[in-house]
Amino acid sequence: MGSNSLHVLKGINLQIEKGELVAIMGSSGSGKSTLLNILGMLDNADDGSYHLDDVLIENLDEKKAAKYRNKFLGFVFQSFNLINYKNALENVALPLYYQGLARKERQKHALEYLDNVSLKPWATHLPSELSGGQKQRVAIARAMASRPKVLLADEPTGALDSTTSYEIMGLIQKINNEGKTILVVTHEDDIANMCKRIVKLKDGIIVEDKKIKQIIVKQNV
Amino acid sequence: MFSRDTWTEIFDTISKNKLRTFLSGFTVAIGIFIFIILTGFGNGLTNTFQSFFGDDATNILRVFPNRTSKPYKGYKAKRRIELDNSDLADIKLNFPLFLEGITPRISRGAVVKYKNNSDNYQTRGVGPAHQAAEKTILMKGRFINEDDIKNKTKYIVIGRRVALDLFGEEDPMGKFIDVGDTVFKIIGVFQDSGGEYEESYLYIPYTTRQLIEKGNDKVDQIILSYKPSIGYTGAMEFEKKLRLFLKNKKSIDPTDQSGIFIRNVSEDLKRNQQFAGVLQYIVLFVAIGTLIAGIIGISNIMVFVVKERTKELGIRKALGATPKSVISMILQESIFITIISGYFGLFSGMLVLRNIGSALEEDYFIKDPSIDLSTAIISTIILVIFGAVAGYIPAKRAASIKPIVALRDE
Repeated sequence: MGSNSLHVLKGINLQIEKGELVAIMGSSGSGKSTLLNILGMLDNADDGSYHLDDVLIENLDEKKAAKYRNKFLGFVFQSFNLINYKNALENVALPLYYQGLARKERQKHALEYLDNVSLKPWATHLPSELSGGQKQRVAIARAMASRPKVLLADEPTGALDSTTSYEIMGLIQKINNEGKTILVVTHEDDIANMCKRIVKLKDGIIVEDKKIKQIIVKQNV
Repeated sequence: MFSRDTWTEIFDTISKNKLRTFLSGFTVAIGIFIFIILTGFGNGLTNTFQSFFGDDATNILRVFPNRTSKPYKGYKAKRRIELDNSDLADIKLNFPLFLEGITPRISRGAVVKYKNNSDNYQTRGVGPAHQAAEKTILMKGRFINEDDIKNKTKYIVIGRRVALDLFGEEDPMGKFIDVGDTVFKIIGVFQDSGGEYEESYLYIPYTTRQLIEKGNDKVDQIILSYKPSIGYTGAMEFEKKLRLFLKNKKSIDPTDQSGIFIRNVSEDLKRNQQFAGVLQYIVLFVAIGTLIAGIIGISNIMVFVVKERTKELGIRKALGATPKSVISMILQESIFITIISGYFGLFSGMLVLRNIGSALEEDYFIKDPSIDLSTAIISTIILVIFGAVAGYIPAKRAASIKPIVALRDE
């Protein structure tokens, strides 16, 4: 963090309902990642208020932020961010560890979530032994394991080829259809069109906000 | 904080990051190991020192003659002074208040033979009082006595080492050995706390030595023991009077620094103990330096470890880890590793010291190297604490970095 702060977002007014699947679009520098980081409590806003599930998120110290992140939010990153010395199952079980679940419970739940992303047979494999798509599926399973209110995905398909990207989007749609609120940051139109709503950002302000007809990915995972 | 779950997580992390664990563990183990070995060797050196001077009685004055440096009473300078039997008698006569025992010593090297075995040894022609002055301990038989002196007997008392070399398993008592072409009968075997060096001597009556050397009455040096009751000041006075007496007798200028030397063993001992003390300080300094090097080493590794784990910590925080849990995880890991490896270094260091035992005594003057357990444990604890402190600072910084910054750190 440099000493001179940069105002990336210049007034965002956005309301997202439960169960929505929103794509946040924009060219690089438009502030889409910053918005996601603020929503994810990974970064602080200078001004304004943020309500999540009717809770005003403010004056976050690290301890509180950690608690909220664990309780409300699941993260999916472009670079997967799996812990490389832990196998798939242990990675998925990690948020449950911070929720204070017993080891056996954690293992059981983690295995269920791995099964949801069809990776049960890969439970004992290390991230280095998995393909990019598999890693992202493990990351999604991990994000889902803590039963968050909102799933935040920052360029979830950015490091994947298009076939794998569609698989991942199919998985995200499936989770969304089960009722989870999901925000996807992307700069790819085809990925955005698989969501239910597109919010376009430019130079820190919302330039477009529209509901679209979702393109459903054929389920084959 | 110390739940079973936390520890499972820690063991898991440790066992899956073997290089990291090994590096930090090795630094601590080697630090403690070297500290213990160095301290042990230092103590060993001190032990050797003490045994060198602890093997003789301390209420001893040694008188050596040498050349004068000033002309006196018609004699030239650089006149060679010699001691002889009459000096023994005169000292005995003149200083009954101070004197406890007196013996001459005539040292000569000789080839000593028994059957097919032979070697070079040092013989000492001495009187009975020599036994007390050198604290010679007889294992078998007896020492040289007054009768031997009077009758110039060809009896000999040999050191344990000599007995071992020449006789092996055989009992040397009563056997005859050839000492520089003169045959002596062994009447005693001795040991000496001064070690093997002191146990390689052979003692014969000084009168016998004088007889062999064409019946002269010269002696190399005179060893006197004074009564301990006269104390330090008494000893100083005795030394002064004795010097004056001998200078007078031998016609040496009273202001001549040369001619007669008198060495006071208790003064030597004091000086040597000071030297041993300095030695101890040097070793302590080096040992503390090693410990500091170990502390710096573990600090470096902790900084590196935390740096390496920044991204992992960011992930953990994004998944709901609190700063406190991040710090305590790193600390518990480092403390666990340093304790285990510190114990390992401690144990192996003590083991090595024990195995060395007295193996280095002869060549390196390290006798019975050892370190007391409390010093060893305290130094281990210090290293563990510093390892924890060194880990805490970067851990705290890493824990306070926003997860997004940590995640960006590729």
